[in-house]
Amino acid sequence: MNFWNDPLKVAADWLTGIFVNWGMNEIFAHVLVVFLGIFVLIMILMVIDILLVWIERKVVARFQDRIGPNRLGPFGLIQPFADIVKLMIKEDTTPDGADKVVYNIAPMLSMMSVLILWAVVPLAPVMLGVDLNMGVLFIIAAGSIGTLSIIMAGWSSNNKFSTIGAFRQVAVMVSFEVPMLAVMLIPTIFSGSMGMNAIIQHQNIWYIFLSPLAALIFLIAAIAELGRAPFDLAEGESELVAGFNVEYSGMKFGMFYAGELLHAFTFGGFWSIMFFGGYRFFGLEQVSPFLAIAIILFKAMVGYWVIMWVKYTVMRIRIDQMLAFNWKFLTPVAFVLVMVTALMNALLRDAGSWLYITGMILSNIIVAWVSLEIVRSIGKKERERVEGPKQIAEAHH
Amino acid sequence: MTGEQIIFLVVGVVTLVCGLLVVTVRNLVHAALWLVATLFGVAILYTLLNASFLAVVQVVVYIGAIAILFIFAVMLTRRQSAETGDSVNKNWWAGALLAVLTFAGLAFLLQSWSGFSKQAAAIPSGFDAINQLGDALTSPAGYVLPFEVASVLLLAALVGAVYLAFNKK
Repeated sequence: MNFWNDPLKVAADWLTGIFVNWGMNEIFAHVLVVFLGIFVLIMILMVIDILLVWIERKVVARFQDRIGPNRLGPFGLIQPFADIVKLMIKEDTTPDGADKVVYNIAPMLSMMSVLILWAVVPLAPVMLGVDLNMGVLFIIAAGSIGTLSIIMAGWSSNNKFSTIGAFRQVAVMVSFEVPMLAVMLIPTIFSGSMGMNAIIQHQNIWYIFLSPLAALIFLIAAIAELGRAPFDLAEGESELVAGFNVEYSGMKFGMFYAGELLHAFTFGGFWSIMFFGGYRFFGLEQVSPFLAIAIILFKAMVGYWVIMWVKYTVMRIRIDQMLAFNWKFLTPVAFVLVMVTALMNALLRDAGSWLYITGMILSNIIVAWVSLEIVRSIGKKERERVEGPKQIAEAHH
Repeated sequence: MTGEQIIFLVVGVVTLVCGLLVVTVRNLVHAALWLVATLFGVAILYTLLNASFLAVVQVVVYIGAIAILFIFAVMLTRRQSAETGDSVNKNWWAGALLAVLTFAGLAFLLQSWSGFSKQAAAIPSGFDAINQLGDALTSPAGYVLPFEVASVLLLAALVGAVYLAFNKK
Protein backbone atom coordinates (compact mmCIF):
# COMPACT_ATOMS: atom_id res chain seq x y z
CA MET A 1 0.00 0.00 0.00
CA ASN A 2 1.88 3.09 -1.10
CA PHE A 3 0.98 6.74 -1.33
CA TRP A 4 0.27 6.80 -5.05
CA ASN A 5 -2.31 4.00 -4.88
CA ASP A 6 -4.28 5.09 -1.84
CA PRO A 7 -3.14 8.58 -0.81
CA LEU A 8 -6.02 9.26 1.56
CA LYS A 9 -5.49 6.16 3.70
CA VAL A 10 -1.72 6.50 3.75
CA ALA A 11 -1.90 10.15 4.79
CA ALA A 12 -4.52 9.36 7.46
CA ASP A 13 -2.45 6.49 8.86
CA TRP A 14 0.67 8.65 8.89
CA LEU A 15 -1.07 11.50 10.73
CA THR A 16 -2.73 9.13 13.20
CA GLY A 17 0.68 7.62 13.89
CA ILE A 18 2.12 11.05 14.64
CA PHE A 19 -0.75 11.97 16.95
CA VAL A 20 -0.53 8.66 18.81
CA ASN A 21 3.23 9.20 19.18
CA TRP A 22 2.42 12.49 20.87
CA GLY A 23 0.55 10.50 23.47
CA MET A 24 -2.95 11.02 22.14
CA ASN A 25 -5.74 8.50 22.62
CA GLU A 26 -6.06 6.39 19.44
CA ILE A 27 -9.80 6.95 18.97
CA PHE A 28 -9.43 10.65 19.58
CA ALA A 29 -6.56 10.81 17.08
CA HIS A 30 -8.72 9.03 14.51
CA VAL A 31 -11.59 11.50 15.00
CA LEU A 32 -9.17 14.42 14.74
CA VAL A 33 -7.74 13.09 11.48
CA VAL A 34 -11.24 12.72 10.02
CA PHE A 35 -12.01 16.31 11.01
CA LEU A 36 -8.77 17.47 9.37
CA GLY A 37 -9.73 15.59 6.21
CA ILE A 38 -13.12 17.33 6.10
CA PHE A 39 -11.41 20.67 6.70
CA VAL A 40 -8.94 20.13 3.84
CA LEU A 41 -11.75 19.07 1.47
CA ILE A 42 -13.74 22.20 2.30
CA MET A 43 -10.64 24.36 1.81
CA ILE A 44 -10.03 22.84 -1.64
CA LEU A 45 -13.69 23.35 -2.56
CA MET A 46 -13.58 26.99 -1.50
CA VAL A 47 -10.48 27.61 -3.62
CA ILE A 48 -12.21 25.94 -6.58
CA ASP A 49 -15.21 28.14 -5.79
CA ILE A 50 -13.07 31.30 -6.10
CA LEU A 51 -11.89 30.14 -9.51
CA LEU A 52 -15.47 29.33 -10.50
CA VAL A 53 -16.31 33.03 -10.20
CA TRP A 54 -13.63 33.75 -12.78
CA ILE A 55 -14.75 30.87 -15.01
CA GLU A 56 -18.38 31.93 -14.86
CA ARG A 57 -17.56 35.54 -15.76
CA LYS A 58 -15.22 34.54 -18.58
CA VAL A 59 -17.70 32.07 -20.06
CA VAL A 60 -20.66 34.43 -19.89
CA ALA A 61 -18.49 37.05 -21.55
CA ARG A 62 -17.74 34.67 -24.41
CA PHE A 63 -21.41 33.79 -24.78
CA GLN A 64 -22.23 37.48 -24.99
CA ASP A 65 -19.35 38.28 -27.36
CA ARG A 66 -17.30 40.16 -24.76
CA ILE A 67 -13.86 39.56 -23.29
CA GLY A 68 -14.75 39.52 -19.60
CA PRO A 69 -12.42 40.42 -16.72
CA ASN A 70 -8.97 41.07 -18.22
CA ARG A 71 -7.39 43.91 -16.22
CA LEU A 72 -5.98 42.23 -13.14
CA GLY A 73 -3.35 39.58 -13.66
CA PRO A 74 -3.02 37.29 -16.68
CA PHE A 75 -6.48 36.75 -18.23
CA GLY A 76 -7.97 38.59 -15.27
CA LEU A 77 -7.18 35.65 -13.00
CA ILE A 78 -6.67 37.85 -9.94
CA GLN A 79 -10.06 39.51 -10.39
CA PRO A 80 -11.99 37.06 -8.12
CA PHE A 81 -9.51 37.66 -5.29
CA ALA A 82 -10.00 41.39 -5.66
CA ASP A 83 -13.74 40.76 -5.58
CA ILE A 84 -13.37 38.88 -2.31
CA VAL A 85 -11.40 41.71 -0.74
CA LYS A 86 -14.13 44.10 -1.88
CA LEU A 87 -16.85 41.88 -0.38
CA MET A 88 -14.93 41.61 2.89
CA ILE A 89 -14.49 45.34 3.44
CA LYS A 90 -18.03 46.28 2.43
CA GLU A 91 -20.35 47.55 5.13
CA ASP A 92 -22.32 44.76 6.73
CA THR A 93 -25.90 46.00 6.81
CA THR A 94 -28.91 44.56 8.58
CA PRO A 95 -32.30 45.94 7.62
CA ASP A 96 -34.63 47.46 10.21
CA GLY A 97 -37.05 44.95 11.64
CA ALA A 98 -35.01 42.00 10.42
CA ASP A 99 -34.97 38.84 12.47
CA LYS A 100 -31.26 39.07 13.26
CA VAL A 101 -30.40 35.49 14.20
CA VAL A 102 -32.32 33.88 11.35
CA TYR A 103 -31.00 36.55 8.98
CA ASN A 104 -27.40 35.68 9.86
CA ILE A 105 -27.83 31.90 9.89
CA ALA A 106 -29.40 31.75 6.41
CA PRO A 107 -26.24 32.41 4.30
CA MET A 108 -24.27 29.88 6.35
CA LEU A 109 -26.99 27.27 5.90
CA SER A 110 -27.06 27.97 2.18
CA MET A 111 -23.31 27.36 1.84
CA MET A 112 -23.54 24.32 4.12
CA SER A 113 -26.26 22.67 2.04
CA VAL A 114 -23.85 22.75 -0.92
CA LEU A 115 -20.70 21.66 0.93
CA ILE A 116 -22.52 18.74 2.58
CA LEU A 117 -23.18 17.28 -0.88
CA TRP A 118 -19.46 16.59 -1.29
CA ALA A 119 -19.62 14.06 1.54
CA VAL A 120 -21.00 11.52 -0.94
CA VAL A 121 -19.05 12.52 -4.07
CA PRO A 122 -16.52 9.81 -4.93
CA LEU A 123 -13.45 11.62 -6.27
CA ALA A 124 -11.61 8.37 -7.02
CA PRO A 125 -12.32 4.69 -6.33
CA VAL A 126 -10.56 4.97 -2.98
CA MET A 127 -11.12 8.65 -2.23
CA LEU A 128 -14.56 9.48 -0.96
CA GLY A 129 -16.08 10.90 2.18
CA VAL A 130 -18.63 8.22 2.96
CA ASP A 131 -19.95 5.49 0.71
CA LEU A 132 -23.54 5.98 1.82
CA ASN A 133 -25.80 3.34 0.35
CA MET A 134 -28.51 5.95 -0.16
CA GLY A 135 -26.45 8.67 -1.82
CA VAL A 136 -29.30 9.47 -4.20
CA LEU A 137 -31.66 10.32 -1.36
CA PHE A 138 -28.90 12.21 0.41
CA ILE A 139 -28.73 14.69 -2.49
CA ILE A 140 -32.45 15.42 -2.14
CA ALA A 141 -32.12 15.76 1.63
CA ALA A 142 -29.29 18.29 1.25
CA GLY A 143 -31.46 20.15 -1.26
CA SER A 144 -34.20 20.48 1.33
CA ILE A 145 -31.73 22.21 3.66
CA GLY A 146 -31.01 24.65 0.82
CA THR A 147 -34.75 25.28 0.49
CA LEU A 148 -34.90 26.00 4.20
CA SER A 149 -32.02 28.49 3.99
CA ILE A 150 -33.75 30.41 1.21
CA ILE A 151 -37.05 30.62 3.05
CA MET A 152 -35.18 31.81 6.16
CA ALA A 153 -33.34 34.48 4.18
CA GLY A 154 -36.51 35.67 2.46
CA TRP A 155 -38.61 35.83 5.60
CA SER A 156 -36.07 37.33 7.99
CA SER A 157 -35.10 40.22 5.69
CA ASN A 158 -38.43 41.96 6.40
CA ASN A 159 -38.71 42.93 2.76
CA LYS A 160 -41.60 42.17 0.42
CA PHE A 161 -39.29 41.54 -2.53
CA SER A 162 -37.25 38.96 -0.66
CA THR A 163 -40.34 37.22 0.68
CA ILE A 164 -41.88 36.94 -2.79
CA GLY A 165 -38.55 35.78 -4.18
CA ALA A 166 -38.27 33.15 -1.48
CA PHE A 167 -41.82 31.95 -2.17
CA ARG A 168 -41.04 31.54 -5.83
CA GLN A 169 -37.70 29.84 -5.26
CA VAL A 170 -39.18 27.40 -2.78
CA ALA A 171 -42.04 26.65 -5.18
CA VAL A 172 -39.48 25.82 -7.87
CA MET A 173 -37.29 23.72 -5.61
CA VAL A 174 -40.09 21.77 -3.97
CA SER A 175 -41.74 20.93 -7.28
CA PHE A 176 -38.62 19.99 -9.23
CA GLU A 177 -37.44 17.70 -6.45
CA VAL A 178 -40.13 15.25 -7.57
CA PRO A 179 -39.00 14.55 -11.16
CA MET A 180 -35.37 14.73 -10.01
CA LEU A 181 -35.84 12.00 -7.43
CA ALA A 182 -37.84 9.90 -9.91
CA VAL A 183 -35.15 10.21 -12.55
CA MET A 184 -32.34 9.45 -10.12
CA LEU A 185 -33.99 6.08 -9.57
CA ILE A 186 -33.04 5.12 -13.13
CA PRO A 187 -29.27 4.82 -12.48
CA THR A 188 -30.35 3.01 -9.31
CA ILE A 189 -32.33 0.51 -11.39
CA PHE A 190 -29.38 -0.03 -13.77
CA SER A 191 -26.76 -0.43 -11.06
CA GLY A 192 -28.88 -2.02 -8.32
CA SER A 193 -27.62 0.45 -5.73
CA MET A 194 -28.28 3.97 -4.53
CA GLY A 195 -24.66 4.57 -3.56
CA MET A 196 -22.65 6.95 -5.73
CA ASN A 197 -19.57 4.75 -5.85
CA ALA A 198 -21.55 1.65 -6.78
CA ILE A 199 -23.34 3.56 -9.55
CA ILE A 200 -19.96 4.52 -11.02
CA GLN A 201 -18.51 1.04 -10.61
CA HIS A 202 -21.44 -0.49 -12.52
CA GLN A 203 -21.18 1.93 -15.43
CA ASN A 204 -19.37 -0.23 -17.93
CA ILE A 205 -21.41 1.67 -20.47
CA TRP A 206 -22.30 5.28 -19.66
CA TYR A 207 -25.91 5.46 -18.55
CA ILE A 208 -26.61 8.33 -20.94
CA PHE A 209 -26.45 5.72 -23.72
CA LEU A 210 -28.98 3.60 -21.85
CA SER A 211 -31.33 6.39 -20.90
CA PRO A 212 -30.72 9.72 -22.66
CA LEU A 213 -34.16 10.99 -21.67
CA ALA A 214 -33.36 10.47 -17.98
CA ALA A 215 -30.11 12.44 -18.38
CA LEU A 216 -32.04 15.29 -20.00
CA ILE A 217 -34.73 15.36 -17.29
CA PHE A 218 -32.05 15.28 -14.59
CA LEU A 219 -30.31 18.26 -16.20
CA ILE A 220 -33.56 20.25 -16.39
CA ALA A 221 -34.47 19.44 -12.79
CA ALA A 222 -30.93 20.29 -11.63
CA ILE A 223 -31.06 23.68 -13.34
CA ALA A 224 -34.41 24.35 -11.65
CA GLU A 225 -33.03 23.22 -8.31
CA LEU A 226 -30.15 25.67 -8.77
CA GLY A 227 -32.55 28.49 -9.58
CA ARG A 228 -30.71 29.35 -12.78
CA ALA A 229 -32.22 30.56 -16.04
CA PRO A 230 -34.74 29.68 -17.39
CA PHE A 231 -35.94 28.99 -13.84
CA ASP A 232 -34.43 32.07 -12.18
CA LEU A 233 -37.79 33.70 -11.58
CA ALA A 234 -36.90 33.98 -7.90
CA GLU A 235 -34.22 36.47 -8.89
CA GLY A 236 -36.40 38.28 -11.42
CA GLU A 237 -34.38 41.49 -11.30
CA SER A 238 -36.93 43.35 -13.42
CA GLU A 239 -39.68 42.69 -10.86
CA LEU A 240 -38.03 41.67 -7.58
CA VAL A 241 -34.67 43.52 -7.59
CA ALA A 242 -32.74 40.35 -6.69
CA GLY A 243 -35.19 38.01 -4.98
CA PHE A 244 -34.51 36.48 -1.59
CA ASN A 245 -31.05 38.06 -1.17
CA VAL A 246 -32.00 41.72 -1.75
CA GLU A 247 -31.03 42.86 1.72
CA TYR A 248 -27.75 41.00 2.06
CA SER A 249 -24.51 42.92 1.65
CA GLY A 250 -20.82 42.12 1.63
CA MET A 251 -19.69 38.60 2.35
CA LYS A 252 -23.16 37.44 3.35
CA PHE A 253 -24.31 38.07 -0.18
CA GLY A 254 -21.03 36.50 -1.27
CA MET A 255 -21.99 33.29 0.55
CA PHE A 256 -25.21 33.01 -1.45
CA TYR A 257 -23.41 33.83 -4.68
CA ALA A 258 -20.50 31.47 -4.10
CA GLY A 259 -22.90 28.82 -2.86
CA GLU A 260 -24.87 29.07 -6.09
CA LEU A 261 -21.76 28.71 -8.26
CA LEU A 262 -20.43 25.76 -6.26
CA HIS A 263 -23.90 24.21 -6.34
CA ALA A 264 -23.94 24.42 -10.13
CA PHE A 265 -20.48 22.85 -10.30
CA THR A 266 -21.57 20.14 -7.86
CA PHE A 267 -24.63 19.28 -9.91
CA GLY A 268 -22.41 19.13 -12.99
CA GLY A 269 -20.48 16.56 -10.98
CA PHE A 270 -23.61 14.59 -10.07
CA TRP A 271 -24.72 14.63 -13.69
CA SER A 272 -21.39 13.14 -14.68
CA ILE A 273 -21.53 10.58 -11.87
CA MET A 274 -25.01 9.36 -12.78
CA PHE A 275 -24.83 9.42 -16.53
CA PHE A 276 -21.22 9.86 -17.70
CA GLY A 277 -19.31 7.34 -15.63
CA GLY A 278 -17.94 9.67 -12.93
CA TYR A 279 -14.22 9.13 -12.49
CA ARG A 280 -14.10 6.32 -15.07
CA PHE A 281 -12.55 6.91 -18.44
CA PHE A 282 -11.38 3.85 -20.42
CA GLY A 283 -9.56 2.37 -17.43
CA LEU A 284 -7.49 5.51 -16.81
CA GLU A 285 -8.88 5.68 -13.26
CA GLN A 286 -7.01 2.45 -12.45
CA VAL A 287 -3.65 4.09 -13.20
CA SER A 288 -3.68 6.58 -10.37
CA PRO A 289 -6.29 8.09 -8.01
CA PHE A 290 -4.98 11.52 -8.96
CA LEU A 291 -5.86 10.87 -12.59
CA ALA A 292 -9.34 9.80 -11.45
CA ILE A 293 -9.78 13.09 -9.59
CA ALA A 294 -8.70 15.01 -12.68
CA ILE A 295 -11.23 13.06 -14.78
CA ILE A 296 -14.17 13.66 -12.46
CA LEU A 297 -13.32 17.34 -12.04
CA PHE A 298 -13.06 17.70 -15.80
CA LYS A 299 -16.44 16.00 -16.30
CA ALA A 300 -18.00 18.14 -13.57
CA MET A 301 -16.60 21.21 -15.32
CA VAL A 302 -18.16 20.08 -18.60
CA GLY A 303 -21.50 19.62 -16.82
CA TYR A 304 -21.11 23.08 -15.28
CA TRP A 305 -20.38 24.49 -18.72
CA VAL A 306 -23.59 22.96 -20.11
CA ILE A 307 -25.54 24.52 -17.23
CA MET A 308 -23.95 27.92 -18.01
CA TRP A 309 -24.65 27.43 -21.71
CA VAL A 310 -28.36 26.94 -20.95
CA LYS A 311 -28.37 29.85 -18.50
CA TYR A 312 -26.98 32.39 -20.92
CA THR A 313 -28.97 31.17 -23.91
CA VAL A 314 -32.59 30.94 -22.82
CA MET A 315 -34.84 33.53 -21.25
CA ARG A 316 -36.73 33.43 -17.99
CA ILE A 317 -40.18 31.81 -17.87
CA ARG A 318 -43.14 32.84 -15.74
CA ILE A 319 -44.03 31.00 -12.55
CA ASP A 320 -47.29 29.55 -13.92
CA GLN A 321 -45.41 28.27 -16.98
CA MET A 322 -42.78 26.75 -14.69
CA LEU A 323 -45.37 25.01 -12.51
CA ALA A 324 -47.37 23.76 -15.50
CA PHE A 325 -44.19 22.50 -17.18
CA ASN A 326 -43.14 20.62 -14.07
CA TRP A 327 -46.41 19.13 -12.87
CA LYS A 328 -48.16 18.52 -16.18
CA PHE A 329 -45.20 17.43 -18.27
CA LEU A 330 -41.91 16.66 -16.54
CA THR A 331 -43.25 14.76 -13.52
CA PRO A 332 -45.55 12.40 -15.46
CA VAL A 333 -42.84 11.76 -18.05
CA ALA A 334 -40.29 11.03 -15.32
CA PHE A 335 -42.63 8.60 -13.55
CA VAL A 336 -43.60 6.82 -16.78
CA LEU A 337 -39.92 6.57 -17.68
CA VAL A 338 -39.07 5.01 -14.31
CA MET A 339 -41.85 2.45 -14.70
CA VAL A 340 -40.90 1.60 -18.29
CA THR A 341 -37.22 1.33 -17.37
CA ALA A 342 -37.95 -0.93 -14.41
CA LEU A 343 -40.13 -3.15 -16.60
CA MET A 344 -37.57 -3.33 -19.42
CA ASN A 345 -34.84 -4.03 -16.88
CA ALA A 346 -36.82 -6.95 -15.48
CA LEU A 347 -37.53 -8.31 -18.98
CA LEU A 348 -34.08 -7.86 -20.53
CA ARG A 349 -31.83 -8.41 -17.53
CA ASP A 350 -30.76 -11.85 -18.68
CA ALA A 351 -30.62 -11.01 -22.39
CA GLY A 352 -27.37 -10.06 -24.12
CA SER A 353 -25.91 -6.64 -23.49
CA TRP A 354 -26.61 -5.40 -27.03
CA LEU A 355 -30.26 -6.39 -26.75
CA TYR A 356 -30.38 -4.67 -23.35
CA ILE A 357 -28.95 -1.41 -24.70
CA THR A 358 -31.17 -1.42 -27.79
CA GLY A 359 -34.27 -2.13 -25.73
CA MET A 360 -33.47 0.65 -23.28
CA ILE A 361 -32.79 3.24 -25.98
CA LEU A 362 -35.90 2.22 -27.91
CA SER A 363 -38.09 2.50 -24.82
CA ASN A 364 -36.61 5.94 -24.13
CA ILE A 365 -37.31 7.13 -27.66
CA ILE A 366 -40.87 5.80 -27.52
CA VAL A 367 -41.58 7.47 -24.17
CA ALA A 368 -40.17 10.78 -25.43
CA TRP A 369 -42.05 10.60 -28.73
CA VAL A 370 -45.41 9.65 -27.20
CA SER A 371 -45.20 12.36 -24.54
CA LEU A 372 -44.27 15.00 -27.13
CA GLU A 373 -47.16 13.88 -29.34
CA ILE A 374 -49.61 14.14 -26.43
CA VAL A 375 -48.33 17.62 -25.58
CA ARG A 376 -48.58 18.66 -29.22
CA SER A 377 -52.18 17.50 -29.58
CA ILE A 378 -53.17 19.24 -26.32
CA GLY A 379 -51.41 22.41 -27.48
CA LYS A 380 -53.24 22.27 -30.80
CA LYS A 381 -56.61 21.87 -29.06
CA GLU A 382 -55.80 24.76 -26.75
CA ARG A 383 -54.86 27.00 -29.66
CA GLU A 384 -58.08 26.08 -31.45
CA ARG A 385 -60.07 26.88 -28.33
CA VAL A 386 -58.42 30.28 -27.94
CA GLU A 387 -58.17 31.41 -31.53
CA GLY A 388 -61.08 29.50 -33.00
CA PRO A 389 -60.68 26.87 -35.69
CA LYS A 390 -61.33 29.32 -38.52
CA GLN A 391 -58.23 31.44 -38.14
CA ILE A 392 -56.00 28.41 -37.99
CA ALA A 393 -57.57 27.01 -41.15
CA GLU A 394 -57.14 30.38 -42.85
CA ALA A 395 -53.56 30.69 -41.73
CA HIS A 396 -52.76 27.37 -43.31
CA HIS A 397 -54.04 28.44 -46.75
CA MET B 1 -18.83 6.00 28.66
CA THR B 2 -18.27 5.38 24.97
CA GLY B 3 -18.20 8.06 22.31
CA GLU B 4 -21.50 6.85 20.95
CA GLN B 5 -23.17 7.31 24.31
CA ILE B 6 -21.80 10.84 24.66
CA ILE B 7 -23.13 11.72 21.19
CA PHE B 8 -26.47 10.16 22.07
CA LEU B 9 -26.77 12.14 25.29
CA VAL B 10 -25.79 15.44 23.67
CA VAL B 11 -28.14 14.94 20.73
CA GLY B 12 -30.94 13.76 23.00
CA VAL B 13 -30.68 16.79 25.27
CA VAL B 14 -30.48 19.20 22.31
CA THR B 15 -33.50 17.55 20.68
CA LEU B 16 -35.52 17.79 23.89
CA VAL B 17 -34.62 21.45 24.42
CA CYS B 18 -35.54 22.26 20.81
CA GLY B 19 -38.82 20.38 21.24
CA LEU B 20 -39.57 22.41 24.35
CA LEU B 21 -38.78 25.64 22.52
CA VAL B 22 -41.23 24.70 19.75
CA VAL B 23 -44.12 25.02 22.18
CA THR B 24 -42.81 27.91 24.26
CA VAL B 25 -41.49 30.56 21.83
CA ARG B 26 -43.93 33.33 20.93
CA ASN B 27 -42.97 33.79 17.29
CA LEU B 28 -44.64 31.15 15.12
CA VAL B 29 -41.94 31.08 12.44
CA HIS B 30 -39.33 30.59 15.16
CA ALA B 31 -41.42 27.73 16.50
CA ALA B 32 -41.40 26.14 13.04
CA LEU B 33 -37.61 26.57 12.81
CA TRP B 34 -37.14 24.98 16.24
CA LEU B 35 -39.34 22.15 14.98
CA VAL B 36 -36.89 21.72 12.10
CA ALA B 37 -34.03 21.51 14.62
CA THR B 38 -35.96 18.90 16.62
CA LEU B 39 -36.57 16.80 13.52
CA PHE B 40 -32.86 17.02 12.70
CA GLY B 41 -32.08 15.70 16.15
CA VAL B 42 -34.37 12.74 15.55
CA ALA B 43 -32.61 12.12 12.22
CA ILE B 44 -29.26 12.01 14.03
CA LEU B 45 -30.71 9.51 16.51
CA TYR B 46 -31.73 7.30 13.57
CA THR B 47 -28.17 7.54 12.23
CA LEU B 48 -26.81 6.44 15.61
CA LEU B 49 -29.06 3.38 15.33
CA ASN B 50 -27.49 2.54 11.93
CA ALA B 51 -30.83 3.31 10.27
CA SER B 52 -29.39 5.78 7.80
CA PHE B 53 -32.21 5.24 5.30
CA LEU B 54 -34.76 6.35 7.89
CA ALA B 55 -32.54 9.30 8.80
CA VAL B 56 -32.36 10.56 5.23
CA VAL B 57 -36.07 9.98 4.67
CA GLN B 58 -36.75 11.88 7.89
CA VAL B 59 -34.88 14.89 6.51
CA VAL B 60 -36.49 14.66 3.06
CA VAL B 61 -40.06 14.19 4.25
CA TYR B 62 -40.26 16.08 7.52
CA ILE B 63 -37.87 18.96 6.86
CA GLY B 64 -38.04 19.13 3.08
CA ALA B 65 -41.81 18.89 2.85
CA ILE B 66 -43.75 19.14 6.10
CA ALA B 67 -41.73 21.81 7.91
CA ILE B 68 -41.54 23.92 4.75
CA LEU B 69 -45.32 23.63 4.43
CA PHE B 70 -45.70 24.74 8.07
CA ILE B 71 -43.51 27.76 7.47
CA PHE B 72 -45.46 28.63 4.35
CA ALA B 73 -48.76 28.44 6.19
CA VAL B 74 -47.43 30.56 9.04
CA MET B 75 -45.97 33.17 6.70
CA LEU B 76 -49.14 33.46 4.65
CA THR B 77 -51.20 34.03 7.79
CA ARG B 78 -48.76 36.48 9.34
CA ARG B 79 -51.33 39.13 10.22
CA GLN B 80 -53.75 36.74 11.90
CA SER B 81 -51.10 35.13 14.07
CA ALA B 82 -50.08 38.32 15.87
CA GLU B 83 -48.76 37.02 19.16
CA THR B 84 -51.08 38.16 21.90
CA GLY B 85 -52.37 36.44 24.96
CA ASP B 86 -50.96 33.60 27.01
CA SER B 87 -49.14 30.80 25.26
CA VAL B 88 -50.54 28.31 27.79
CA ASN B 89 -54.13 27.87 28.90
CA LYS B 90 -55.29 26.86 32.37
CA ASN B 91 -55.01 23.15 31.62
CA TRP B 92 -51.24 23.20 31.33
CA TRP B 93 -50.72 21.19 34.51
CA ALA B 94 -52.92 18.38 33.17
CA GLY B 95 -50.83 18.23 30.00
CA ALA B 96 -47.59 18.22 32.01
CA LEU B 97 -48.94 15.48 34.28
CA LEU B 98 -49.96 13.38 31.29
CA ALA B 99 -46.50 13.79 29.74
CA VAL B 100 -44.76 12.77 32.96
CA LEU B 101 -47.08 9.77 33.41
CA THR B 102 -46.50 8.64 29.82
CA PHE B 103 -42.75 8.91 30.29
CA ALA B 104 -42.89 7.01 33.57
CA GLY B 105 -45.07 4.29 32.05
CA LEU B 106 -42.76 3.85 29.07
CA ALA B 107 -39.70 3.81 31.31
CA PHE B 108 -41.34 1.19 33.55
CA LEU B 109 -42.29 -1.00 30.58
CA LEU B 110 -38.79 -0.80 29.11
CA GLN B 111 -37.23 -1.52 32.47
CA SER B 112 -39.02 -4.84 32.64
CA TRP B 113 -37.95 -5.76 29.08
CA SER B 114 -35.07 -8.22 29.01
CA GLY B 115 -33.19 -6.43 26.22
CA PHE B 116 -33.10 -3.13 28.10
CA SER B 117 -29.58 -3.39 29.49
CA LYS B 118 -28.08 -5.53 26.75
CA GLN B 119 -25.48 -4.32 24.26
CA ALA B 120 -26.77 -4.25 20.70
CA ALA B 121 -25.28 -7.00 18.55
CA ALA B 122 -22.75 -5.74 16.02
CA ILE B 123 -24.10 -5.50 12.49
CA PRO B 124 -22.33 -8.04 10.25
CA SER B 125 -20.24 -6.50 7.49
CA GLY B 126 -21.93 -6.52 4.10
CA PHE B 127 -25.34 -6.18 5.70
CA ASP B 128 -27.46 -4.10 3.32
CA ALA B 129 -30.25 -2.48 5.29
CA ILE B 130 -31.91 -0.95 2.21
CA ASN B 131 -32.19 -4.30 0.46
CA GLN B 132 -33.68 -5.86 3.59
CA LEU B 133 -36.15 -3.00 3.94
CA GLY B 134 -37.14 -3.22 0.28
CA ASP B 135 -37.66 -6.97 0.50
CA ALA B 136 -39.70 -6.61 3.68
CA LEU B 137 -41.94 -3.95 2.11
CA THR B 138 -42.61 -5.84 -1.12
CA SER B 139 -42.58 -9.54 -0.27
CA PRO B 140 -45.92 -11.22 0.54
CA ALA B 141 -44.32 -12.81 3.58
CA GLY B 142 -43.34 -9.35 4.81
CA TYR B 143 -45.36 -6.18 5.01
CA VAL B 144 -46.70 -5.84 1.48
CA LEU B 145 -50.35 -5.59 2.60
CA PRO B 146 -49.92 -2.76 5.16
CA PHE B 147 -47.61 -1.00 2.70
CA GLU B 148 -50.17 -1.14 -0.11
CA VAL B 149 -53.01 -0.13 2.21
CA ALA B 150 -51.02 2.91 3.32
CA SER B 151 -50.29 3.75 -0.33
CA VAL B 152 -53.99 3.57 -1.22
CA LEU B 153 -54.83 5.75 1.78
CA LEU B 154 -52.33 8.38 0.64
CA LEU B 155 -53.66 8.18 -2.91
CA ALA B 156 -57.19 8.71 -1.61
CA ALA B 157 -56.04 11.76 0.35
CA LEU B 158 -54.34 13.08 -2.80
CA VAL B 159 -57.45 12.59 -4.93
CA GLY B 160 -59.58 14.21 -2.25
CA ALA B 161 -57.28 17.27 -2.11
CA VAL B 162 -57.36 17.62 -5.90
CA TYR B 163 -61.16 17.28 -5.90
CA LEU B 164 -61.55 20.00 -3.25
CA ALA B 165 -59.20 22.36 -5.06
CA PHE B 166 -60.66 21.63 -8.48
CA ASN B 167 -62.39 24.63 -9.97
CA LYS B 168 -65.75 23.44 -11.26
CA LYS B 169 -66.79 25.44 -14.31
